[in-house]
Amino acid sequence: MVPLWWSILLGVALFVIGAGGVLLRRNILIVLMSLELLLNSVNINFIAFAQYYGDFRGQIFAIFVIAITAAEVAVALGILVALVRNKSTLKVDDVTIMKG
Amino acid sequence: MHQGFFLLFATVSVVTALTLVLARNPVHSALALMACFLQISAIFVMLGAPLLAVIQIFVYVGAIMVLFLFVIMMVDVREAVLQRFMPGGNLPALALLALLGAEMIALVLWSDRFTATPPVAERGGDAIRDLSKTLFSDYLLPFEVASVILLAALVGAIVLARKEPG
Repeated sequence: MVPLWWSILLGVALFVIGAGGVLLRRNILIVLMSLELLLNSVNINFIAFAQYYGDFRGQIFAIFVIAITAAEVAVALGILVALVRNKSTLKVDDVTIMKG
Repeated sequence: MHQGFFLLFATVSVVTALTLVLARNPVHSALALMACFLQISAIFVMLGAPLLAVIQIFVYVGAIMVLFLFVIMMVDVREAVLQRFMPGGNLPALALLALLGAEMIALVLWSDRFTATPPVAERGGDAIRDLSKTLFSDYLLPFEVASVILLAALVGAIVLARKEPG
C-alpha cells in the first residue's frame, strides 16, 4: 500500500516541473506539452484521493479532465498551425498581436 | 515490493518530465513526455484505477502525442531550437516556482491528514462496473456535454487549420 502523501508529492513535483516549462520555455510547442504535464499531475491527485477515500468521483473527474484536455490540444494545435502559416514563428514572445 | 515499484515509476516520470522541459529538440521533448505518460499510467494501475490507465495510454500516448509529433513534422522547428529559454530575467518566474513548490510540500508534510494511515477503503466487487454505473447514471449530463465539447473542438480545429480560400 502506497502512502497518500507519496502520490501527492509526485503530483507536486510534476506540477512544478510543468509550470517551469510553461513559464520559462520559449517554444510554443514545448509550452503546450508542459501544459499537458500540468493537467496530468492534477489527475494523479484525483486518482490518489479516489483510492484513499474509496470514492469513484475522483476517477470520473479524471476522465472528464482527459476529455477536455483532448479538446484543448486539438484547438491549440489548430491555432499553432494557423500561426505558423501566417507569421512563421514558434516563439512565445513574438506573438504579441493582442497586446494593447 | 509495491512501494519499490511506485518509487521506480515516480523517479522515472520526474526524470522524463525534466527531460521534457530541458531538451533542446522538440522531438526529444515529445518522446520524453510520452515516456512520462506511460510511467504515470503505471502509477494509475498501482493506485487502483486500471480503466484510467488504459484511457491515459489511448488518449495521451496514442492520440495527443501523435498529434504533437505530426505538428512538429509539419512545422519547421530548426530555427526555434537555438534559444531554449525566455530571454532576460527569469528570476521572478523561478522564485514563483520555488515558492509554489515549497508551499505545497510544506502543506503536505505538515498536515497530518495526508500522513495518517489510510482508512479502510476496500472496494468489493467489480470496480470498473461500479465506475461505469456511476458515470452513466449520476454523471450522464456532464458526459454528454463533454462529447459536445469534443465535437466543437473537432470542428474548430478543422476550421482553424484550413487554408484560407482564395
